[in-house]
Parts: sequence; C-alpha cells; structure tokens
Amino acid sequence: MTSPDAEAQCAQLAELIRPRLRPDTVLVGIHSGGAWVARRLREILELRNEIGLIDVSFYRDDYGARGLHARVRPSSIPFDVEGRPLILVDDVLYTGRTTRAAINELFDYGRPASIQLAVLADRGRRQLPICADFCPWKVDLDPALELVLSTDASGRLQWSLAENAHA
Amino acid sequence: MRNPQLNANGELTHLLSTEGLPREVINHILDTASSFLKVSHRDVKKVPLLRGKSVFNVFFENSTRTRTTFEIAAKRLSADVINLDVTRSSTAKGETLLDTVDNLVAMHADMFVVRHAASGAPHLIADHLRRLGRNDVHVVNAGDGRHAHPTQGLLDMYTIRHYKQDFNNLVVAIVGDILHSRVARSDIHALTTLGAAEVRAIGPQTLLPTAMDKMGLRVCHDLRTGLRDCDVVIMLRLQNERMNGALLPSAREYFHCYGLTPAMLALAKPDAIVMHPGPMNRGVEIDSDVADGPQAVILPQVTFGIAVRMAVMGILAGN
Repeated sequence: MTSPDAEAQCAQLAELIRPRLRPDTVLVGIHSGGAWVARRLREILELRNEIGLIDVSFYRDDYGARGLHARVRPSSIPFDVEGRPLILVDDVLYTGRTTRAAINELFDYGRPASIQLAVLADRGRRQLPICADFCPWKVDLDPALELVLSTDASGRLQWSLAENAHA
Repeated sequence: MRNPQLNANGELTHLLSTEGLPREVINHILDTASSFLKVSHRDVKKVPLLRGKSVFNVFFENSTRTRTTFEIAAKRLSADVINLDVTRSSTAKGETLLDTVDNLVAMHADMFVVRHAASGAPHLIADHLRRLGRNDVHVVNAGDGRHAHPTQGLLDMYTIRHYKQDFNNLVVAIVGDILHSRVARSDIHALTTLGAAEVRAIGPQTLLPTAMDKMGLRVCHDLRTGLRDCDVVIMLRLQNERMNGALLPSAREYFHCYGLTPAMLALAKPDAIVMHPGPMNRGVEIDSDVADGPQAVILPQVTFGIAVRMAVMGILAGN
C-alpha cells in the first residue's frame, strides 16, 4: 500500500467539516494522533476557539487485560463542555472502542449539545455502533497491521504500517 | 533476589517500599499522577478505572488522615472501599494477621491498603498472597512501623518535581526525627533513585540513625549548616512520645535548635520549598510564619497525595 498524503487528507477533512461549523463549535483531539489532526484542522479552519485534548486511558474497556502502561497524558478541556457542539477528532477509526471511551470521558466534563466524529482514516470492522460524520479515507487493512500516524523531522504528518502488538 | 514488588513480567504488583523501585516505575507513577490531578478539578471527579473492584483499607494502627486519602483516591477511581478497623475487631479477638487476610480474600478483595505498627507486615501479606497464587490481589503499604511509607515518599517526589522539575542539581534537607520516620526512609530511597545531587539528614544525635552516611547522606547536627543553600526542606513531625522517652529535653528546646523559623529558612536558597508530611506541630518543628508563608507547599502536598495514590492503585490493579 502506498500511503496517501496525511497533510492533504487534513485539508480534505477540514473542507468536509467547514459547512457544518457553528460559531461555538470546538474541536477535541484524542491523544496523540487525534491531537495532531485537531491542531491542523484548527489552523486550516482558522478557528479562534482553543481545542481540547483528551487521553482515554482511564476510560478504556481493555484496562483489565492491558493495565495502565502507556504514558498517560493529562486531558485538557479549556472550555465549558455544557451545551457546546463538539467535534471529536481522531486519526484512525477502527473498532470504535476509543471513540466510546472518549464520549464517556467528555460527558464527565458536562453535557455537550452534540458530538460529531471526524477522522482521517476509517478502517471499518467496527465492534460498536459508531460511525464517522467526517472522513476523507476509507481503507480495509489486515487486522494484524496497525495504521500509525506520526510526524516526520519537519513536523509533517505521515502514515505508516506496523505489526499490531495486540492483534 | 526477586523484587517482591514486581511480578514475573517486571510490572509493579505491590507497593511495599520506595527502596528498590526502578526509576522508570517511579516516573511512570508520577506521570500518571499528573493526569489524575486534572480529574480532581473536574465537575465529575471520578474515572471508571476500578469500577467493580473492592479496595479494603486494613488499618492495624490508627490514622484517619492517611486512611481518608486512600479512600478518596479509591472512590475517585470508582472502586468500592471497605474500611476495616481491625484493631477493634479481629485482632482484638485474637485472629492472626494472615487469617484476617484470608478472610478478606474469601470476600473477594482486589486490593489491600495496609497500615501496621510492625515493619514488614505488608511484605508478609504480599508474600502470603504469592504463595496462595493470588497474583490478582494487590497490596499497598500505607505505613509499616519505622520501615516505609511509600505513597508519602512518592507524593513528596511528585511535589519536588512539580516545583523543581529536575532532581539532578537538587540539595534536599530532611530535618527532625529521622530515626523513627518511615517517611524519611521512603524519601531518601526515592531521592537516591531519582538522582538528587545531595540529601542531608539534620537532627540531634538521639534522633538520627547510625550509619546514615552509608546511605549516601550528609549528616548535620546543626540546622544552620544543614539548611545552607538547599533547594528543598522536608520537615518531619516530632511525636510527643519522644519527649517522654528521654530522647529530647523539651519541645521548647527542640524548637530552639531545630524549629524552622523564617530566619533559619533564609539560609536556604531564596526559592527553596518547605514540605511537611503532616500533621504539623506549630511551634515545635515549624514556625507558623513558615508554615503559612509563601515557600510552604504543605497543602499542595495533600492535593498531590490523592493523585499519586490514584496512580498507584490504578497501575497496581491493572497488573
């Protein structure tokens, strides 16, 4: 698979979101890939509102099997969630479990007016009734592979494939 | 030798002491704690991590404050918390420590938070659980005799890291009754592992253990000399019973020689922080002007303590 240009996909994703933006819409990125994408979207869409960042480690459903190992980064929601339209941003949508955890966490900050989901890539094979509202790239991959978003030396976003350690 | 705190995969399964805790394990706890700190600022101060787990606070020695901080931490992780005042029930009726533990395991305990007057009691319980093959049940030492109080040690490290960022160039002074202090021991081991440049033990001869210099400490009997140019001052509580035990002439005499007054604190670096594990004896080990002054971080220690205990329980229960 030749990986598509992740930066170009961010621009496409921004154009999908643009018509649905409201003045009080805020983006919430899921650490770490979703946080990068949310920052790009905020620049391209010239949003004045600060973005929120969440780490779903404390809400994951595989804690019993995996424990708390990965480095947990503090969530930061620098705005009142109550009554706000939110767009949750992640790099990859796959089983839907991360999205479920993120929605649960957001509700512990308040009751948002709405939550929409924006992702760069949708791998299908969902295990929960969750779908993306905005997505520029649908791709079907072998479950043994992990689709990883990272930044190169110059800070550009790029895709790569890795062995999935948990498959 | 096997590290009794780690499981076969090298993961933290019990927290018994800061001694022998690898640096990366300490840093993982402190990093995780900073995420939990944010949880306590939210409207809903709870995460679902330990939902359905039962945490038993088993205190063979009274300590309302420590028990409460563990209870708050466990509740913020959504665990069910059961407080047992064993001194007044099982132990009073003659039950042995391990029989008490077996009974609680039979009630499906997932974690024990243990305070005991005897050094090594939590280790004994952890060892017992290992022999039973119950690797899914975890032990947190909430203070055992003069041995260790690891969560206090870790929350002290969190506090120092919060204000000073890096341990490499730090001079830390621990002042007071180090002989009887499990807090001091936990701090010293953690500071050594994290690479503090210099740790000083300050106190009268009667309250300092012998051979402290073998732990890599600089021993000072004079507070003035000991405080000079230090970055962190950890004051220890002077327990009243020490006065009766002929180790000290009087509380006034102690305050005169080892009490932290603004004049004494002025000898430390201008940005030095003052810590105390609580409860404080104002006018015995610390002057009110220092305790309430701008350099004191005693109340932030309490706040950080909840987050650190959440991190410890969160990490243990997942391993």
